[in-house]
Amino acid sequence: MNAEHYNQIFTTHGVIMILFMAMPLMFGLFNVVVPLQIGARDVAYPFLNALSFWLFFWGAMLFNVSFVIGGSPDAGWLAYPPLSELSHSPGVGQNFYIWGIQISGIGSLATGINFIVTILKMRAPGMKLMNMPLFTWSVFASCTIIIFAFPILTVTLALLFIDRFAGAHFFTLDAGGNPMMYINLIWMWGHPEVYIVVLPAFGIFSEIVSTFARKKLFGYNSMVFAMMTISLLSFFTWVHHFFTMGSGADVNAFFAVTTMAIAIPTGVKVFNWLFTMYKGRIRFTTPMMWTIAFIPCFVVGGMTGVMLSVAPADFQFHNSYFLIAHFHQVLIGGVVFGFFAGLYYWWPKMFGFTLNERLGKWAFWFWNIGFYVCFMPQYVLGLDGMTRRLYTYDFDMGWGPLNLVSTIGGFLMGIGFIFQVWQIAYSIKHHKRDETGDAWETGRTLEWSIPSPAPMYNFATLPQVIDTDDWWVKKEKMKNGEALPPAPPLEPIHMPKNSAIPFIKSTLWFSPASASYGTGCGWRFLR
Amino acid sequence: MPTFVIFVNKVWRKKDDTLSYLLSRIPSRAHFAIVELEKIIAVIDFAIGMTGRGFGMQKRNKWRRLSAWLLLGAMAALLSGCGELMVMDPKGPIGSDQRDLIIISAVLCGIILVPVLALTAWIVWRYRDRPGNKADYRPNWAHNNLMETIWWGIPIVIIIILGTVTVRYTYALEPSKPIESERETITIQATSLDWKWLFTYPEQGIATVNTLKIPAGVPVKFELTSDAPMNSFWIPQLGGQMYSMSGMAMTLHLKASETGVFHGSGANFSGEHFADMKFDVHAVTEEEFNEWVSDVKNSAPALTLEGYEELAKPGKSEKLLFSSFPEGLFYDIVTKYVVKGEGGHGGHGGHGGHGTPDEANDGSDAGSGAADTPAASPAADADASHEHHAGH
Repeated sequence: MNAEHYNQIFTTHGVIMILFMAMPLMFGLFNVVVPLQIGARDVAYPFLNALSFWLFFWGAMLFNVSFVIGGSPDAGWLAYPPLSELSHSPGVGQNFYIWGIQISGIGSLATGINFIVTILKMRAPGMKLMNMPLFTWSVFASCTIIIFAFPILTVTLALLFIDRFAGAHFFTLDAGGNPMMYINLIWMWGHPEVYIVVLPAFGIFSEIVSTFARKKLFGYNSMVFAMMTISLLSFFTWVHHFFTMGSGADVNAFFAVTTMAIAIPTGVKVFNWLFTMYKGRIRFTTPMMWTIAFIPCFVVGGMTGVMLSVAPADFQFHNSYFLIAHFHQVLIGGVVFGFFAGLYYWWPKMFGFTLNERLGKWAFWFWNIGFYVCFMPQYVLGLDGMTRRLYTYDFDMGWGPLNLVSTIGGFLMGIGFIFQVWQIAYSIKHHKRDETGDAWETGRTLEWSIPSPAPMYNFATLPQVIDTDDWWVKKEKMKNGEALPPAPPLEPIHMPKNSAIPFIKSTLWFSPASASYGTGCGWRFLR
Repeated sequence: MPTFVIFVNKVWRKKDDTLSYLLSRIPSRAHFAIVELEKIIAVIDFAIGMTGRGFGMQKRNKWRRLSAWLLLGAMAALLSGCGELMVMDPKGPIGSDQRDLIIISAVLCGIILVPVLALTAWIVWRYRDRPGNKADYRPNWAHNNLMETIWWGIPIVIIIILGTVTVRYTYALEPSKPIESERETITIQATSLDWKWLFTYPEQGIATVNTLKIPAGVPVKFELTSDAPMNSFWIPQLGGQMYSMSGMAMTLHLKASETGVFHGSGANFSGEHFADMKFDVHAVTEEEFNEWVSDVKNSAPALTLEGYEELAKPGKSEKLLFSSFPEGLFYDIVTKYVVKGEGGHGGHGGHGGHGTPDEANDGSDAGSGAADTPAASPAADADASHEHHAGH
């Protein structure tokens, strides 16, 4: 692999993993689970929701087109200028980058608005805010961040595009432009972004831990407060991505402390998960195994995060493999583990059949062993002075053996992934139908009270909510022969009609982006 | 709270003693270590024994001995490994302080980490769903004020301690702060180009590419800029990195306490051949350094302005030595983007502030001076530019 190719690979790896993998997978779970958990028939704005999806779809497609025509972006996943400016990246790759992210980013913003309204306005009768399941709370916290953070991204990328397309000087070196401005702006979005994807994972773990420990979630109020604190604090830490930009001791000290402060609510959440299991009865199903594996992984990742937040020490960690190991540990240990746990957990609800647990456990062990084999050596490599984004290094640096170990770990995770594909394929063929709707038998929230897969209208009659763990409490009452609140009479249900307009509208966005590709090429030929 | 502050201060003042005490406790002889470790393992073993799952006495002793050796092996591997890691094996005061800080923060994190991991393992094991598990099951127990206060409290206390340590070190290790020394600081200017490093020695009048020689024991003031996309100047064994950015000069003070050859590199991605932006740093005695300077002056070619322009073009480069370089080259690079006649700041909208202690100029005055008369006062330009980042 030559330098240019390698640079394209790590740039697109970063963008795809965060924006076109973590985000849509989480948003998918938002769509499936939130209306079911709050007893609603759909989201607040179904048309907007479809538009969001198609915007994301075309954004991702546009970005991926760059692999085939024109050349991929190669200026890093956040495209720092001046490297990403026309002066240093004259090709079309950066245009693909800007428009791919821009289009899908607008979709993400609409999703954020949609779910905030859905959660605030469409809860079933009786469900107060402090009765909402934790996953719904986490979506609410995450969407709050989205609506404040994504406009920053939109503006920043628009300015970068104006620089490239119209010869402006927002972030150029000459004519009064300032690249440092871009670095500040992109991280004002970029740091909250990681909480946008990890908070829903926290919500998923909260649901699972309580379901499979067969116990009420410990410290519900603390959990909600901790999540909302995190979403607020996430906006006050962005400078920790560039302590080495010379902002001076005052600025660095402030942002070091705010960064560390995030460890406090996060730590509280870990204790609450642990004490949910304490005096419970833990069943080791695949969702629960991913949840239990998440705790040590995320605690270690969080601790190295605290170490990175120590500003003067960060001068030694910054841009090194120590940093790489840290953020992979929190993003894989948090977001990816969270998504897998959530996918396994809600799979029967989504598709009406259960997945083969045996193959799932094989996947689990390959993934987890592979993870530590892959990323632990990278902490050591970082302390040995290895910087990120190197397409080559000298043999005598002595980094070879550990990199080899790391690669083996990567392949182990790859085998884990193959097991997951096999698991799904196998389960489609030999599946066991979920006939009760409460596939894990210990479901606690509203989604387990309806048949699997959920009917199009979700709830035949809107549930009358009496408790946070509504379905669990109602099951207990039924067992004891106590009366449940009477169901309202059946009424005709109004559902939105299918519409192709969101699809068409979103493709229209594709054309200015394609035009920018054209002009990019044009400039190249004119030169 | 005041008592707590006093406590933190006390711990802080004693930190060197504490650290050396802890280090002295690391036993040097393997036998002693094994005995100590066995004691620890015995405690763990006892705890497991309490749950009624222990081994017989003889088996247990064997098991203890084996685990002790395994643990010792792991620790030895870890320690010896750490000894060779660049960041953990510093050769200068800044790097040493940063290493200490890394150890302090790791220990503070470990105080939480180890019990949490142990607690997780214990809870998951104790409350697993198996027939005949006699552990307590309380499905509706979900709230306890005291317990929740404790685990809001523990991280808050740890973060206050670590925060205090961090803030102090942040001011102590501010890169623009000169290193106190009896020896006079020498200045070296580093410019990141596509894709090589140019080092100019204004006091000696020589220049090098991708190789650096410094006198050991003498503080070095690095002035950093870039004539290409931003990069970062990092010599892990001497101390942390600093960005090099166009249109401004950053300051990074470092010192090598002993002679040796150290690895240096550009740490921030800057395009295609970024991986080739590495350089070696030779710390030599002052006599050797002076000898080398006069050697370079006598034998190496001169770097002309045309030569620089050629060098600045994108491409890789070998190690090069130059007997001289165009006067004021570094400041010309820094002020390259200054818009003449508009009286603004030097292309980067700097806010003034206090200068570095060795330059008492008022930041904002120097800043406008830089823009008005870039050619006339190169020294003022540089001051203004790095005042920008040193500004408080």
